[in-house]
Amino acid sequence: MNSFVESLSLKKENVKLTIPFLLLPVWLLLYLSLQSITDWIVFGIINLPKGSHLTSAVNFFIFEVPKVLLLLILIVFAVGIIRTYFSPERTRKMLGGKKLFVGNVSASLLGIVTPFCSCSAIPLFLGFVESGVPLGVTFSFLIAAPMINEVAVVLLFGLFGWKTALTYMMTGLIIAMISGYAIGKLRLEKYVEEWVFKIKAEHAEIEETRPVFSERINAGIDAVKEIVGKVWIYIVIGIAVGAGIHGYVPENFMAGLMGKSAWWSVPAAVLIGVPMYSNAAGIIPIVQALLEKGASLGTVLAFMMSVIGLSLPETIILKKVLKTQLILVFVSVVAVGIIIVGYIFNLIY
Amino acid sequence: MLNIKVLGAGCTNCINLEKLCKEVVEENHLEATIEKVTDFKDIMTYGILSTPGLVVNGKVVYSGKLPTKSTLTNWLMNAMASQN
Repeated sequence: MNSFVESLSLKKENVKLTIPFLLLPVWLLLYLSLQSITDWIVFGIINLPKGSHLTSAVNFFIFEVPKVLLLLILIVFAVGIIRTYFSPERTRKMLGGKKLFVGNVSASLLGIVTPFCSCSAIPLFLGFVESGVPLGVTFSFLIAAPMINEVAVVLLFGLFGWKTALTYMMTGLIIAMISGYAIGKLRLEKYVEEWVFKIKAEHAEIEETRPVFSERINAGIDAVKEIVGKVWIYIVIGIAVGAGIHGYVPENFMAGLMGKSAWWSVPAAVLIGVPMYSNAAGIIPIVQALLEKGASLGTVLAFMMSVIGLSLPETIILKKVLKTQLILVFVSVVAVGIIIVGYIFNLIY
Repeated sequence: MLNIKVLGAGCTNCINLEKLCKEVVEENHLEATIEKVTDFKDIMTYGILSTPGLVVNGKVVYSGKLPTKSTLTNWLMNAMASQN
């Protein structure tokens, strides 16, 4: 009798696991028919006249919101599953004993897939340094992890196309690799607080159990609940801003201030962006508005990277383990990297 | 008697984990002390890489995310049972 009940509850668990896979074709169908659904709502139900500003604004909003949300759900779900393969503990093991450069490359790449929250920056930093991961390699990880996150990439992909998203990822990786490499080459270990190198984990390490498949799927579902639940409102606001100024504010309103011709706009954007702090989703409305109104892509990306990648609160937390000199080096190396990327983008696009 | 330590320097999840522990302990009438460890020097001796961390009777049970209430209840009940 007991085993019958057990197998029944096991079945229930299995049914739950198949739901995401059953939803996949539904997702695809929805995604592919978004334009026709939008047209049906705009012209069929609300019955707006063709060709007016208002129509194109409403059309834009009704089309983009579900599109970006659908993309976000899919990617966050996938990334949530991928992340179960890369716990911080495993990443640390992989990076231990790696030399500079090779270490910087792997640390930047692992920064994308390892679960990271800025409140864990310090324990992560301490844990890496304690187990012998070189300082420069640790920094590569700490730069890449917040900057290249799935929300930023999905939003850039959904709103500006895959080229922008890919370039953002590539340049973010390059900044993380080179900044970490530079910090490693400068031999700045003396600017880390002394007690950091004296830490020894006294207690036995947590035994890591390999998650089973159902736990990985659950991790994906949890990630969707947590991340999409938190950022959807920013996305709706961002797209509303984009739709609202669509055709109402002059097209090149920002061109003089943040356009290609203003050479100083890139460093200025970084100077303004560094003290600001926001998550990737919160910054998108501003990015959307600036780009729409003639600001150049390089300048806007530089602004976005400096807001997401460098933040005042994070550097204040880092003060507990790093001396001021090293924090200044860290911030300036990354800021210079972002400025260079901004100029390169302005040259290409 | 359970000795519960919540490791975390004050991020939202750490504060929430402490609250959750208090709730579970109260609702199940567990005999337990709950302690918050906020100094990084002390936190790092447990060898965790992400906060919040949960330590029950000196053993690291979990780190990195906020567990659900039922999971947390399970852990604490198990720890209680293995004690007796």
